Amino acid sequence: MEAGGLVPAPARPIIVRPRRQSSASWPLIDRIGYWLCWATGIALCLIALAIVVFMFVKGIAYLRPALFVKSPAPSLQQSQSGGFLDPIVGTLIITAIGTVIAAPAGVALAVWISEYGRPVSLARAVESAIDVIAGVPSVVLAIFGLLVFSESFLGFLSQNAVNGSVYGRSFFAAGIVMAILALPLIVGSTREALAQVPDRVREASYALGKSRASTIRWVLLPSIRPQIASGIALGMGRIVGDTAIITILLGVTLTTEGVGSVPLIGTLRGTGSTLTSYVYNNSPAGEGNAPQKAYAAAFVLLMVVLALNALVTRLTGGRERGGRLSALRRALASRRPEWTR
Amino acid sequence: MPRRSGRSEDQRTERMLGALAIAVLVLIGAMIVTVFVNAWPSFSSNGLSWFGPGGNVDTQLRAMQESTPLPGHDISYFRAWPLIWGTLLTTVFAVVLALVVSILAAVFLTEFAPAPVRRTLEPVIRLLAGVPSVVYGLIGILALAPLINQHLISNARKQSVAYVVQLNGADLTTATVILAVMITPIMVALIAGALESVPLPWREGSVALGVNRWRTIVRVSLRTARPAIVAATVLATARALGEAIMLAMVSGGRGFAANPLDGLTFLFEPVRPLAATIVQQSEGLTIAPLAHTIYAMAAVLLVSAALLSFAGWAAKQPLKQYGIRA
Repeated sequence: MEAGGLVPAPARPIIVRPRRQSSASWPLIDRIGYWLCWATGIALCLIALAIVVFMFVKGIAYLRPALFVKSPAPSLQQSQSGGFLDPIVGTLIITAIGTVIAAPAGVALAVWISEYGRPVSLARAVESAIDVIAGVPSVVLAIFGLLVFSESFLGFLSQNAVNGSVYGRSFFAAGIVMAILALPLIVGSTREALAQVPDRVREASYALGKSRASTIRWVLLPSIRPQIASGIALGMGRIVGDTAIITILLGVTLTTEGVGSVPLIGTLRGTGSTLTSYVYNNSPAGEGNAPQKAYAAAFVLLMVVLALNALVTRLTGGRERGGRLSALRRALASRRPEWTR
Repeated sequence: MPRRSGRSEDQRTERMLGALAIAVLVLIGAMIVTVFVNAWPSFSSNGLSWFGPGGNVDTQLRAMQESTPLPGHDISYFRAWPLIWGTLLTTVFAVVLALVVSILAAVFLTEFAPAPVRRTLEPVIRLLAGVPSVVYGLIGILALAPLINQHLISNARKQSVAYVVQLNGADLTTATVILAVMITPIMVALIAGALESVPLPWREGSVALGVNRWRTIVRVSLRTARPAIVAATVLATARALGEAIMLAMVSGGRGFAANPLDGLTFLFEPVRPLAATIVQQSEGLTIAPLAHTIYAMAAVLLVSAALLSFAGWAAKQPLKQYGIRA
């Protein structure tokens, strides 16, 4: 461009683009691979479609408004066995307990790991511990929880059996173990979000004389609120969907059975059921064997999970780096926050 | 926001958060120790043959539940092989099936799918990952199992093994298929992420050399992402190992060691993995010998999960040299 204005600007160069390569020219084996990819993608869509349609058809066919307001009743006739009011309330209670414990704990842990993290060896150990939680089967967590909550000094969280031993099964017990289950998801989301906040934001805050703690509280956490919320929603999805912890730690009475006379605490110390354990009980594998009720409850459960799923998408949608699967990916890999760097 | 003395506030915050971190560490340590301490009586009285074959697991578990020792054996006599075998079969079959499907699906998602298809497929994968396991179990037991029972298992086949086991559709095949559907989305998400982060110039270089897109994917993208594929497989294996409720519902519920010598019938024999057994026997946690046995199964699961988690971490190390963080 040194010659400057004297030379007329050349016409736009004519670029002969080769036609987009079609797979027709590929060797046969490559073409087979290509078509297999297409087939798998479509097959996955079809499987998902089949699942959703099946659950919709069965769910709507057996769903009655009365099911939402009636308590389960022990009966062999499906018309007599009541609805799933108690399981819905149970799901709400368990999710509430789990979230109330896991959300602050998860955020605090993530803040500690990424903003303080000293000594380094302790931080590594905590990261591994969270990894272990993410990998441990929930049924193992459940039987560990049963052991812990059967200790006599934790008797106030459940009820005492006739022979003086502690029952160990209650809403408190199940909710607390659920919090452990949801912890890695919340830690993972928060950590990734914190890692994405540029250092200059922190430096600007320090330059204004804010301490580290107040930078975290008033600058960092507010800026990553959507990601924290999406982590919490993912955790709630995990809690709502888990069955093993419920069947082992909530004592499978279908209705909510309180303990003692204190209204709220009594319920929480007592046993009950959730939608997942209700579905399990009413499936042919459980004791109730009322498939119609199981379908209806599973449909409600699926709707709850889909709603939480949609919430995650809304919270993270658009702004998210790394495509729309990254929330899911993050949920799976609690330890490595940045997908790419 | 009134500013208090910043430094002491900082130290207080750090100490509080650090204490929480230590609490989590202690909790996990306590869990591992507790499970092993409770598992020890079962391991020590059976020795290494705990893992071996010998007799019917269900009879052994019932003997413990009823506190009546089997003739000629100790009360805590237990041979877990049928359960371990069931775990291995369901896990390996499902993971192999899911691996093939998810590599193809991930390649499709990142390379071939037109934008609208991609926009549909991503929510679909998230949906499949979000469905609770009990719903999968319900679909398996009420839809897939009867289908397999009616169309794939002939009466002759049922009679051929009728003297040892009944075939009713709740079997290895149903368990494998549903388990594969459950773990595929996890693997697709992880593998697709790794494929996306293969540096574009590498692929462009390959295409510029005249290699077609498919070969570029196989030779460059998939090869670079191989550690991530291994890591995804490991993670999915951990999920499959720990899946309890769905397998308790669809795998047939009998502690039967499906026998490959039965030919194709093998695929239709019931199995029951370790995690599912824990759920089904959880009522017996108050009876000492049975509880020890259950904790022993949990210990086996815990060790496998920890080993897998370490393997996944180790498998990912090579990716770091490319600057890919998976």
